[in-house]
Amino acid sequence: MKNVPLEAGLILSGILFVLGLISVLTRRNIIFMLISVEIMLNAAGLAFIVAGARWAQADGQIMFIFILTMAAAEVSVGLALILQIYHQLKTLDSDAANKMRG
Amino acid sequence: MKELLWLIPALPFAGALMLIMLGSRSSKNLVPFIGAGSVGLSALLTLITGIQFLSVGDNVWTQQVWNWITVMNLNLNFSFYLDTLSLVFIFVITFVGFLIHLYSAEFMREDEGYARFFIFLNLFVGSMLILVLADNLLLMYFGWEGVGLCSYLLIGFWYNEEKNGYAARKAFIMTRVGDTALAVALFMLFTTLGTLNIQEIATKAPEVWAVGSSVVVLIGFLLLGGAVGKSAQLPLQSWLPDAMAGPSPVSALIHAATMVTAGVYLIARMHVIFELAPLAQTWVGIIGAITLLIAGFSALTQHDLKRILAYSTISQIGYMFLALGVGAWSAAIFHFMIHAFFKALLFLGAGAVIMLLHHEHNIFRMGGLRKKMPVIFWTFLIGSASLAALPLITGGFYSKDQILWFSLAGEKGNIWFFLAALIGAFITAMYTFRMVFVTFFGEEKTHVSHDAGWLIKTPLIVLAILSTFAGFIELPHTLGHVELFSGLLQPVLPDISLQAELTSKEFIIQLIAAGLSIGGVYIAYYTYVNNPAFASRIKSEINVPYNFWHAGWGFDALYNAVIMRPFVFISTLSKGDVIDRLYEGLVAIANFFNRVFASTQSGIMRWYMMAIVIGTLLVVTLSLLML
Repeated sequence: MKNVPLEAGLILSGILFVLGLISVLTRRNIIFMLISVEIMLNAAGLAFIVAGARWAQADGQIMFIFILTMAAAEVSVGLALILQIYHQLKTLDSDAANKMRG
Repeated sequence: MKELLWLIPALPFAGALMLIMLGSRSSKNLVPFIGAGSVGLSALLTLITGIQFLSVGDNVWTQQVWNWITVMNLNLNFSFYLDTLSLVFIFVITFVGFLIHLYSAEFMREDEGYARFFIFLNLFVGSMLILVLADNLLLMYFGWEGVGLCSYLLIGFWYNEEKNGYAARKAFIMTRVGDTALAVALFMLFTTLGTLNIQEIATKAPEVWAVGSSVVVLIGFLLLGGAVGKSAQLPLQSWLPDAMAGPSPVSALIHAATMVTAGVYLIARMHVIFELAPLAQTWVGIIGAITLLIAGFSALTQHDLKRILAYSTISQIGYMFLALGVGAWSAAIFHFMIHAFFKALLFLGAGAVIMLLHHEHNIFRMGGLRKKMPVIFWTFLIGSASLAALPLITGGFYSKDQILWFSLAGEKGNIWFFLAALIGAFITAMYTFRMVFVTFFGEEKTHVSHDAGWLIKTPLIVLAILSTFAGFIELPHTLGHVELFSGLLQPVLPDISLQAELTSKEFIIQLIAAGLSIGGVYIAYYTYVNNPAFASRIKSEINVPYNFWHAGWGFDALYNAVIMRPFVFISTLSKGDVIDRLYEGLVAIANFFNRVFASTQSGIMRWYMMAIVIGTLLVVTLSLLML
């Protein structure tokens, strides 16, 4: 396989990150926000893999496993909180949770 | 007993404290027991202390209670100083005070503020005792302010009536003007002499100032200003007639016997300053002379029983100031003591009359009370005789006669002071017996329901005895030459020296004075008992001056126009509080930015994330630009 240039991987990672960011900002459904945050996390992980391949070390891969594990834990906690929000507010609209305003 | 000196002022304060804590829950018998009992104990202690003090023959007893202020070379303590001058004053304060407390026990019994009344009265007696026993001017000022406060509280005692509060504020504000003058005098004394201890001032002042130097004259005038405020003399005299809005025991204690004599005490105590400032001393006399005439004419036209007595008090204190002004220090104190007895008697009697006639104040609606209330009539008559200085048989004759004599024959006396005092004596006799004849003689216009109880009658009888017999301790040269009182005060107050050529004329002067007072009584008798039409004819002929005198020589109207109107005008102008606008503007700006920033806290999560994203963009851009 021809070598994929380094910049392509990083650019892909950046695009994925920005896509994830935009969809967090524009979506109102909390679960979709969570999914978008997942995309951002994976994008960051891709950046780590590319960096590890550049330096020919396994540290990038190890970091990616950390990120994946953390993402899993975070999703479980996040889903528990979303369940609570749904229990209180009877909706999944994130704009409905606006009590903490000035 | 020297160690127990502090108890004399402390007992009334303790009584007040007990009543504050227990008063609302106590029975109607416990309240006067504590209230009058504390002052009674004080009186007893005064008697014992006085006897011991006089028998031991020391000139001075001092007792330091607390260390108050010790800063560099300023050493002021809470200490008491007993000499014969303060002994006379504490005797009068505690004894007359105790009799008035007994009277109030019955007089105020039906009032729902019964405990509150005794608390204020006890606080007053305690403050007044501190005033006269203080050994430094700052402690005296403490007592001075305390009596002013209690006077305010007691004048406005029946606070539900608006005019009582108005009278109380008027009294407090007018005396405050005098208090400020006194405070400035204290400041000046401290900066020039370095001490406020009265005895140290007495020794240092002649060393530092020559007679008549401008600084000491200024201090003398400022002290006079303070005394004028508290003692209701010209120009600060118009609060006293309005202060009659308070209950009669208050008028008797505060506005006849004690607080209004605080000015007399101040001037007598600081006699060293006044001897160094002859101009100030002359003005003490001038103010006294003018005030006694003004108040006498006003008293002649009043028809409210207590207002007659109020103007009479102003006039009699004018006599005391006149005596101080010519250097007759012990004569002034003698007149103070006798005046305290008969004036308290008159006010208590007036209070009893008013109460028994269901709060009727107008003497022209009274009448014929002679038969219905005999004890009150006879004691009132004895008090009035003393006030009018009926010759030989009353205490008032001896004290006023001394002042008359010294105003002419003292080394600072002159014919004008004498004439003023003489005319004043004539007018005093007239208005006093006008009051007696209209109130007690003639036909009964308001019905009397019942007589007073023994708690009211006993103080009246005791004071009547004192008004008559207390005068005999000081008889003039021509009538027996007893000098017990001036001998008592001799270590404290200097003797007055007489102009030599007049000493032989003393008997003639006494005859003239006696004749005038009897003449005044006769004119009052003729006008109000024999020939009432004569009175109304005179009144209609001198209508304009009559109304002028009735309104207190127009002082209320004068102060209203000159002081109160401009003040109210300026306050209305600044109702929007112009200077505050600046601060309000600052507040408005702060509020505006607050609203702007608060609106960014919308509580919507996406909003916050957008803010984070924008912030990150800004940081990244700036860092790229920097590189």
